[in-house]
Amino acid sequence: MKILIVDDFSTMRRIIKNLLRDLGFNNTDEADDGNTGLPKLQSGNYDFLVTDWNMPGMTGIDLLRAVRADDKLKDLPVLMVTAEAKKEQIVMAAQEGVNGYIVKPFTAQTLKEKIDKIFERIEG
Amino acid sequence: MENNPLDKQALLEKARSLVSLLENDDVSDQDLDTSLDEIMSLRDASLFHELGKMTREIHDSIMNFRMDSRISDLAETDIPDAKDRLEYVITMTENAANTVLTVVEKGSPVAERLSEQARHLAEQWARFRNRELSADELREMGQEVEGFFSESESMMTELLSGFTEVLMAQDFQDLTGQIIRRVINLVDEIEGNLVELIKIQGEHYIPEETKAEEQNKEKTKLEGPQVPGKETSDDVMKGQDDVDDLLASLGF
Repeated sequence: MKILIVDDFSTMRRIIKNLLRDLGFNNTDEADDGNTGLPKLQSGNYDFLVTDWNMPGMTGIDLLRAVRADDKLKDLPVLMVTAEAKKEQIVMAAQEGVNGYIVKPFTAQTLKEKIDKIFERIEG
Repeated sequence: MENNPLDKQALLEKARSLVSLLENDDVSDQDLDTSLDEIMSLRDASLFHELGKMTREIHDSIMNFRMDSRISDLAETDIPDAKDRLEYVITMTENAANTVLTVVEKGSPVAERLSEQARHLAEQWARFRNRELSADELREMGQEVEGFFSESESMMTELLSGFTEVLMAQDFQDLTGQIIRRVINLVDEIEGNLVELIKIQGEHYIPEETKAEEQNKEKTKLEGPQVPGKETSDDVMKGQDDVDDLLASLGF
C-alpha cells in the first residue's frame, strides 16, 4: 500500500506519516501542495491519498478535482485532513468525491477509523 | 484659485470707476465706500468659492473614510478577534509543551529502571560466565531474567504510547501557524489602511472594492482552524462527530 501525504506543514506531514506507520502503512511519500503532489500521483503507483485543503499553490480541493478528472487516478481513495470545518466546504468536498473527511485537530484513533472505513467500503 | 480667477475685466471696470470717483472733487464718502466695497466683494467671491470647495473636499474625504465599513470592522471585530486567536495560540503551544513534558517526566524513570535492570543482569551474567554464581544465585538470576522480559515489554509499550502522545502534540504547529498567518494578514491590512488614512489628507479616498465584492469574497474564503468560542459562522462543524453526522446525512 503506497500512500501520498500532501500538506504544506512539514510537521503535520510527519505526524500523519508516523501515525500511518503505527497503523502498518510503511510505504508513504510526501508533497507540500497539489502542484507537487499531482505529478507524483500521475507518475507513481499510489493506492491512497491523504491531503490537506488549505495550501498555497494548488489547494486540496483542486487536487481532489484533478484526481477525479484524471482517467488513471479517478478511483484513487482520497482522505481529506484539514482545519476547514465549514458545512459548505465539507459538502463541497463530498460532492467532489472525497472518501473521508477529518477535521484538525484529530486523534490517532480517528485516522484509523476513517482509513478502515474507506477500505471496508472499497473492498465490500 | 485656478478654477475661479478674479474676473480681471470686472475688476478693471470697478477700478476705473473708483479712479474717476476719486478725481471728482465732489464725490461723497458714501459713493467711495460703495465703489471700494464692490472691488472687495469681487475678491471675496473668489475666496469664498475656493474655501467652499476645500471644505467640501475635506468633508467628502472624511465621509468616504467613515463609510468604508472595513475600517470599523477592523477596529471593532478583527483586532479583538485576532487577540483572542493569539491567546488560543498561547494555549495550544502551552498544552503541547505540557503534554511533552509530562510524557518525558513519566518516561524517564521507566527508561532508567530498564537500564538499571539490564546493567544488573549483565553483571550477573558476567559472574555466571566466570562460574562465580552459586546454584541459588543462578535460580535467582533466572527469575530476574523472566521478570525483566515481561517488564521490559510492558515498559516499552508505555514508552511507545508516550511517543505517540508526543507526536500528536506537535499538531499545534500547523494550527498555530495558520492562525498566526491570518493575524499577519490582518496587520498587513491595517498597515494598508493607515497608509490610506495618510493619503486622504491630500486627495479623495476611493475605496478599492465595493461592499458587494467583499461580501462575495467572504462567502467562499477558507476559514482556517476553528478557535473554540470563535466559530466564524453558525454552519461550522464543532468537531469530528459533527462532520461525521453531516457526511452520514449525505450518504457517506
